[in-house]
Amino acid sequence: MQIIISNSSKEPIYEQISKQIQSKILSGELTEGTALPSIRQLAKDLRISVITTKRAYEELEKGGFIYLIVGKGSYVAEQNLEMIREKKLRVIEEQLSAVISNSKEIGLPYEELQDLLKLLYEE
Amino acid sequence: MDNVIDIRGISKEFKEFSFDSIDLQIKQGYTTGLIGANGSGKTTLIKLMMNLLQPDEGEISVFGLDYATHEKAIKDRIGFVYDSNIFYESLNLKEISKIIAPSYKQWDRKKYKAYIDQFELPLKKPIKHFSKGMQMKASIAMALSHHAELIIMDEPTAGLDPTFRRELLDIFQEVMVNENRSILFSTHTTSDLERFADYIILIDQGEILISKRMDELQEDYALVKGNSDLLDRDTEAYFLNIEQSQGVFQALTNDKAQVQKVFGDYIVMEKASLDDIMFHMKAAHRRG
Repeated sequence: MQIIISNSSKEPIYEQISKQIQSKILSGELTEGTALPSIRQLAKDLRISVITTKRAYEELEKGGFIYLIVGKGSYVAEQNLEMIREKKLRVIEEQLSAVISNSKEIGLPYEELQDLLKLLYEE
Repeated sequence: MDNVIDIRGISKEFKEFSFDSIDLQIKQGYTTGLIGANGSGKTTLIKLMMNLLQPDEGEISVFGLDYATHEKAIKDRIGFVYDSNIFYESLNLKEISKIIAPSYKQWDRKKYKAYIDQFELPLKKPIKHFSKGMQMKASIAMALSHHAELIIMDEPTAGLDPTFRRELLDIFQEVMVNENRSILFSTHTTSDLERFADYIILIDQGEILISKRMDELQEDYALVKGNSDLLDRDTEAYFLNIEQSQGVFQALTNDKAQVQKVFGDYIVMEKASLDDIMFHMKAAHRRG
């Protein structure tokens, strides 16, 4: 499992780990039932402390992304991808509404906004 | 068992400083870093944990056992690295292993040989011709070769070049993959601890200033910089210690939210390194 940690990032290390594992689960790279490396093994591989790794796993467990079997290890939980997609869509709608009202404030026409979005999307 | 070492109410007087009713717990299954300036009492504390010194008052238990009745059993389960050479100087590593092997129940000859090879140490050269770094490596090889559950090291990275230091930290992490193991080590090189330690103990003049989880330490403490004009008796109260030079101050706080509220955009708040924390906490402590 490839995880890249940035020391200069403002984001705490445990968050970097949990986010990267989360996106691997959502993208389907890690499928339901897959065993994750043990906390201690991952700490060693990433050259970080046991507590930091433990915290990352706890975050993932709280978010329902993984589950723990005591004495065995951590596994990728079943994901309701449909529901996650719905949630994300709602967030995107909200963000776009904000973009539209900001555009109207400065009189930016729809066509220019569309061009801007297209440009950014294809970046 | 939660604590691998449990220190309760120990007191001991020394010329330079004294321990006055100290309580301290070292967690089992984790790496703890012991930091503090020279002469702060790190080595003395380690000697007390190893029963090389006895407290005037209080109790120390290791693995839940006390030294008075279980010294041999305790020592058998500890790998100890001391900051100066305690071996017979004229002997070589092969001869030394013959002497120390019988004193440990689980001495692992293969493992010892593997570390000696990995550390590129000569087997047949007398220790007295070793460099300081080589002596440290030899000492570490012995400490790791009897399946110890607790590794206690006093300045293990002192005198080692950065490449080997890094290699050594990898070895410690390898050791820690087994969850029954615990490591305690003192160091001046705080960067060794920043990523890899789970708990930090900061001491000064025999007093425990901080004993905390590393991640909580990094979240709670911050370095604050700003114009000295911002400081007065009221605003200074938000800081543990303040350094000023040329109209600018740099201070340590453990109340980030309050500082942000009071000073807003007038200040810059940064992550405090272990060095920053050690420096400011020591200054605050000495000021009294």
